[in-house]
Amino acid sequence: MKYYDKLIFEISKPGRKGYSLPDVCTKCQGTDAIPAALRRDKAPALPQVSEPDAVRHYTNLSQMNFGVDTGFYPLGSCTMKYNPKINEEIAAMPAFAGLHPCQKGLKGVDAVYEGMDRALSAITGMKHFTFKPCAGAHGELTGLMIIREYHMSRGDYKRTRIIVPDSAHGTNPASAAVCGLDVVVVKSNAQGLVDVEELKPLLDDTIAGIMMTNPNTLGLFEKDIRQIASLVHEAGGLLYYDGANMNPLIGTVRPGDMGFDVMHLNLHKSFSTPHGGGGPGSGPVGVCEKLVPFLGVNVSGFNGNFGVILRAYAYILMLGRENVKMCGKLATLNANYIKESLKDLYKLPIESVCKHEFVFDGLINDGACEGKEGASTLDVAKRLLDFGYHAPTIYFPLLFHQAIMIEPTETESKETIDGFIEVMREIAAEAARDPDILHSAPHTTPISRPDETTAARNPILKYTEA
Amino acid sequence: MAGFNYFPHTDQDIQSMLNRIGVNSLDQLYADVPADCLYQGQYDLPEAMTEQQVRDYFEGLAALNPRLKVFAGAGAYDHYTPAVIPYLTQRSEFITAYTPYQCEISQGTLRYIFEYQSMICALTGMDVSNASMYDGPTAAAEAMRMMVAQAKKKNTVLVSATLLPQVTGVIQTYAKYAGITIKEIEASQGQTSKDSLEALIAQGDVAGAIVPSINRFGIIENLEGMAQALHADKALLTVYCDPSALAVLKTPAQWESDIAVGDGQPLGIPLCYGGPYVGFMACREEYMRKLPGRIVGQTTDKEGRRAFVLTLQAREQHIRREKATSNICSNESLMALWVTVYLSLMGPDGMKQVNDLCYQRAHYLYAKLLETGKFQEAFAGAPFLKEFVLKPLVPAAQIQKKLADAGFFGALETPEGYVSFCATEKRSYQEIDELVKALAL
Repeated sequence: MKYYDKLIFEISKPGRKGYSLPDVCTKCQGTDAIPAALRRDKAPALPQVSEPDAVRHYTNLSQMNFGVDTGFYPLGSCTMKYNPKINEEIAAMPAFAGLHPCQKGLKGVDAVYEGMDRALSAITGMKHFTFKPCAGAHGELTGLMIIREYHMSRGDYKRTRIIVPDSAHGTNPASAAVCGLDVVVVKSNAQGLVDVEELKPLLDDTIAGIMMTNPNTLGLFEKDIRQIASLVHEAGGLLYYDGANMNPLIGTVRPGDMGFDVMHLNLHKSFSTPHGGGGPGSGPVGVCEKLVPFLGVNVSGFNGNFGVILRAYAYILMLGRENVKMCGKLATLNANYIKESLKDLYKLPIESVCKHEFVFDGLINDGACEGKEGASTLDVAKRLLDFGYHAPTIYFPLLFHQAIMIEPTETESKETIDGFIEVMREIAAEAARDPDILHSAPHTTPISRPDETTAARNPILKYTEA
Repeated sequence: MAGFNYFPHTDQDIQSMLNRIGVNSLDQLYADVPADCLYQGQYDLPEAMTEQQVRDYFEGLAALNPRLKVFAGAGAYDHYTPAVIPYLTQRSEFITAYTPYQCEISQGTLRYIFEYQSMICALTGMDVSNASMYDGPTAAAEAMRMMVAQAKKKNTVLVSATLLPQVTGVIQTYAKYAGITIKEIEASQGQTSKDSLEALIAQGDVAGAIVPSINRFGIIENLEGMAQALHADKALLTVYCDPSALAVLKTPAQWESDIAVGDGQPLGIPLCYGGPYVGFMACREEYMRKLPGRIVGQTTDKEGRRAFVLTLQAREQHIRREKATSNICSNESLMALWVTVYLSLMGPDGMKQVNDLCYQRAHYLYAKLLETGKFQEAFAGAPFLKEFVLKPLVPAAQIQKKLADAGFFGALETPEGYVSFCATEKRSYQEIDELVKALAL
């Protein structure tokens, strides 16, 4: 990747245009006929570029980016699987992309929603899904609203607290807060699982439910889940399933069978739609039978991210009932293979079979010696960039100080994984030899490590002409 | 041959990987899962399709949807999308990238978000924009939360009766669970009533108000004095806008609003049955650290070169958990790129031209519809841009049916019994004449 320094504003020149529009009628009134009190006085400071200028600029920008099509993303809890290209073609079909959201009686559209509802219900063991949520966190919020609606419909207004394990994704407590719920944290035990004994005293009649991620963010299956479900249900609470980690269970385990009442899925994780540099996603929410009446919670403008739903549906049809069974298993195979191949060089805090991901707690030998700081998890992550790999998720979960969270998906080959293992071993060897090689990484990327402190202290958040 | 084109593993690969792990089978990797959690049944899914079958299947579904020329707005506008946009946004390096947390290999995403933020500031006149939200309605709901957080002890937000119903709907949902009181500012002559606003402020507890720049009747509202009335009571103003129209209309900043939100869809994003779109959210500098969502900032790398990073992250859920300004994690990054490329191509002159074209076509349609004798003016003399409502003299359903039969979609009915129409630069005079002719029959 090369460094390209321009912003679109800096290649702007008055008089250039990048648009091709019909002529304005010169004999008719235009926007100048709008009362002056309602008009802006100055044109907005937008760039003026020709079409080829714009194309070259954004192509240059793209070349400073890393994507799934560029290389391997061992990014924990993000499920960076291959994004099939047929899905893009289908989402772009004018007969779908040209539909106005208020159009009714569209049989082709209804079939997509119905087909997805049925397929996701089959895969998860839920009864029905709503497709309005636009992302995972949005789905969490929707699911929690459904839980609150359920309790309120029974006249049970005091259930305003929700239990969240200390290993949960940050969105869990944040979604709970936005939903007006107080968060009660339940600790993990030495095996990295929710401590059932810690949970029991928390279960009183103010508990709306519990949010669980299973496998949890350590990649470990919460094997006491059925007992936890019974305890929570007996106490009158409901179980929320955070679908961010659903990938290893696809084709093998269904949240509904574990006792979960409501869940979200990230179509941009488990169902192969592109992450798009941070969105758009889609976070459909599924519920068990008794919660179906509350599925209508209104959380977004129209019908959810239909374009994303279309892509996911195309993926499911390709997968079919034959291939679905291999999806989670191959992801789990890849994760365990990496874990077993690196645990002699990286600290594995909990020795256990993992699911789609696992967490190391930094290097076993970080190279620290007299007058020299050891290589940190951040250093390892940055050094990986030099070798053409994306970094793993780092410093999460918060249970370990040097967390390195690795998730390969089922679309990565053994050769890719072997290459990654080799590089991770080489980085460990470098750290042991001279941690400074890691401290100064990355060396081959378009930029070196940026000054994030200054960025936050003196924020420059938009372009201003020099 | 068995196998699946998205899964690279050969049987041999699987076996040698299992060997290294030290287990005998893939099933053994699930030995920690209690037996009663393992699904033993057959998944109720269709048989796997080939790629060609998938394509045929969707082409079949597509054929079931009538292809209508869109003369409707109501929050989703059929503007022209230049070919460059899908071409660039489909580049693998953009579309298959993750959130730009690893800034050294994400400068492409970070730079276009920085450009996006700059363009949103240029259109709204505000100081700071975030990296985008899910859609316009959720951005409005976040603005409501932000105003209440800023007000500390006040808990009521006023919402204009002239806002689009889907915007008010989502605001009400978020308000309900957050325990925020929503009061409606009445409409007068199809516009937000300033008297009603002042009366509600006088009742006390008002943290802020949300009013539209162009409202659900298509009327360009005069927001004179609203910010002042709110500010006098230490309350804030949020203006909900169509960012395309902001290229010619008075900006939220000129109305002295504190927050500007809306949907970026009119900036070249296809209708796509309602999504993905992109919400935008911008505010005055003093509220910068209260903004929800991601924000990109400029800094330098170790060699002193200009570099871009996600910044002010102490507001966000992955750092602050339940104390974050919002639970939002992602943004609609790729859709922000659509908007950025669109605005780059259009520039200030193209945006003016688009608005002039919309204005002329919509006003032509307005006059022609009145000539049919089947409508009366609803708000005579009220200024509009590309969308308007009329009072139908025949049932709305009948109008809609005639339009559909002639290949058009429009005449959406409002709760008051008006019908709304919209004409963008994509609608030709010939199409307008055909639509009018279909109605006259």
